[in-house]
Amino acid sequence: MFIAAMTAVLVAMSLALCRVILGPTIYDRILAINVFGTITVLFIAVFGFLTGRPEFLDIAIVYALISFIVTIAILKFFEYGDMGRGGADRDEMDI
Amino acid sequence: MNTVLDLISWICLLAGGTVIIIGAVGINRFPDFFTRLHAASVIDTLGCMLIILGLIFQAGLSIVSIKLVLIVFFILFTTPTAAHALAKAAIHGKIKPVLSNSGEQTSKSS
Repeated sequence: MFIAAMTAVLVAMSLALCRVILGPTIYDRILAINVFGTITVLFIAVFGFLTGRPEFLDIAIVYALISFIVTIAILKFFEYGDMGRGGADRDEMDI
Repeated sequence: MNTVLDLISWICLLAGGTVIIIGAVGINRFPDFFTRLHAASVIDTLGCMLIILGLIFQAGLSIVSIKLVLIVFFILFTTPTAAHALAKAAIHGKIKPVLSNSGEQTSKSS
């Protein structure tokens, strides 16, 4: 039954990669990469149960945190054109 | 009792896999960025929660299920934030939502 869940996760990963390649705008690609990161967390968790080693869940936790930070950082770069923006003119620009 | 837990776990895993595939097809089929955001949110909330719930039923009460609950909490806190930031960046980046022609005609006639 883990095989079925793993197959579904792999099919969803390939479909998300199709949107990453096809996406007309940059926001579509970032959205698909965000979804790909979430599905990768599920992939690591299910793979740990499939091989009988649930220690992989630590890697899944770390991947969930890093995926969120990557999405926010890429969005900030493409929205403002700069990673380090001062605190003077960020009145309505906060995330 | 063990068979019942296995059955519940398999139902959760199969439903989660179905929801994830439906959301991934929606990301490819929807015509607009904002509707694709809706399909991605389906994957992030319902599919993720169902698959990890199935894994929790397999693990039982141990440190493994605590880690799984921790993953669900991380994803439930971070993905709405990321979706909000995406929609806000798209609005700032002058992305217009696609409206249907019939809706425009009815709004003009009314």
